[in-house]
Amino acid sequence: MGNISVVPFGPQHPVLPEPIHLDLVLEDEKVIEAVPSIGFVHRGLESLIVKKDYNEMVYVAERTCGICSFGHGMGYVEAVEKIMGVQIPDRARYLRTIWMELSRMHSHLLWLGLLADAFGYESLFYHCWRIREQILDMIEESTGGRVIFSVNKVGGVMKDMDAQMLGRFVEKLGDVEDQITGIRKNFLGDKTVQMRLRGVGVLTKQQAHDLGCAGPFGRASGIATDMRTRGYGAYSELEFEPIISNDGDSYARCQCRIDELFQSIDLIRQAASAIPAGDLFVPVKGNPDGEYFMRIEQPRGEAVYYVKGTGKPYLNRLRIRTPTFANLPGLCETLKGADYADVPILVLTIDPCISCTER
Amino acid sequence: MSSILNFTGTLLKNLVSKPITKNYPEEPAVYPERTRGRIVIDIDQCISCGLCVRNCPPRCITVDKNEGTWTINRFDCIACGYCASKCPKKCLKLIPGYQKPGRSKAAVTYRKSEEVMEAERQKAAEMAARKAAALKAANEKKAAAAPAPAAKAAAPAPAENAAAPTPAAKAAVPAQTVSAAPANAAPAAAVPEEKQ
Repeated sequence: MGNISVVPFGPQHPVLPEPIHLDLVLEDEKVIEAVPSIGFVHRGLESLIVKKDYNEMVYVAERTCGICSFGHGMGYVEAVEKIMGVQIPDRARYLRTIWMELSRMHSHLLWLGLLADAFGYESLFYHCWRIREQILDMIEESTGGRVIFSVNKVGGVMKDMDAQMLGRFVEKLGDVEDQITGIRKNFLGDKTVQMRLRGVGVLTKQQAHDLGCAGPFGRASGIATDMRTRGYGAYSELEFEPIISNDGDSYARCQCRIDELFQSIDLIRQAASAIPAGDLFVPVKGNPDGEYFMRIEQPRGEAVYYVKGTGKPYLNRLRIRTPTFANLPGLCETLKGADYADVPILVLTIDPCISCTER
Repeated sequence: MSSILNFTGTLLKNLVSKPITKNYPEEPAVYPERTRGRIVIDIDQCISCGLCVRNCPPRCITVDKNEGTWTINRFDCIACGYCASKCPKKCLKLIPGYQKPGRSKAAVTYRKSEEVMEAERQKAAEMAARKAAALKAANEKKAAAAPAPAAKAAAPAPAENAAAPTPAAKAAVPAQTVSAAPANAAPAAAVPEEKQ
């Protein structure tokens, strides 16, 4: 029996982009238990639903998160559309899918940079973010915002991408793909990186299933859940397979996310070649009356939106279950038995988005 | 050995290439055409309908129709563009270039030019005059049309009135007494019963 001590980790920590507090119970250098506490950045976004009408709420829902903002807007809007029985134009579905994948790419590249920073590879961190900048430029050119897209509305989308713009993006994504192939080698082929990631924080398939892990964190443990296969947006018309790995360690999580970057590029290519012409939105009349659970795949995993309306412009309830919230129990499990020096990497491997979680 | 030299190529390239970042603000930023920087208004086109006020998620716009002003608190504005999409005259527009930071959340007021205000006042006066004229005409028409039915109505009315008083008065008087009597009687009857 070693010396037991409790080390507070966070809410302010160089490796954490957002505040979460973990009480790490250490036995010598090994973590034997981690107790998380959240609630540092609660903003009460969900309760705004009674003050903003359902059209204005799109902009509030988008601001749930700074990285997966488009996904939050899309999830909320699709839930409202399902309640109202609105069939949006095909072009809008494809545009939403393309933006969603661009958003996933910029989120994953951001995460890869942060991971590189966490294991002390700062030049790789800058390199990842340099690649990400090209995605952000595409997003800004097509939507007008770098992180907050504001293109969704109930009934469709507000901005279009013409064939010329799409062609330019697809061409540019070819360059990006080459660059990601380069960093893939750095992340997955580098011996020093492997020493920091291989076998660190192993979560078995059974554990991941029992703890309800979502997204790349769960897929790295072999759970083939990808909400995109449910076929919202235009995903039902595109070909893809969930990317899974069976190792369940930090290396597998990194591998899953890098491979998802290629998958996203592929999905954008497919969508850009199959996008039909047509309207961007359909006019929507009336108010939502009913309730709906919308499940969508965010860059970090499955997010759930529960929307309830009573036939008035102000909805009754909005509940957002974010992927990080689902992954926190999994994180605490992986931390058990880990070295203290590996804690920053393990905290990062769930891709924590704390502001998302606290809404 | 090669497995730890993966990044060397990129590193060497970085050493000899120019920085990818811009020397902002010395070198101005180039924004794409669609960038949602800030809202501008073509105030003389504005009809002060107030749709932007009602459709602003952070409620940062105020409109005063009488003064002809349009006020925005740019520090509360989230540049979502919802107001611009709702504007019936399309006089609101999002243009590139972000709001500069400041020391206080100062609102900016745009005032319509005097000519436009004068034209609006004239138009309003004209409208009011036309409305008044229309109302007057309608009243006159009613007045002109009224005598005929009024006369018709007036002719049988006196006869009715003349005939009515006696039965009406007869009916009214017993009705009052009848209705009053049970009202008084009922509690009076109920109370003794309870007492017993």
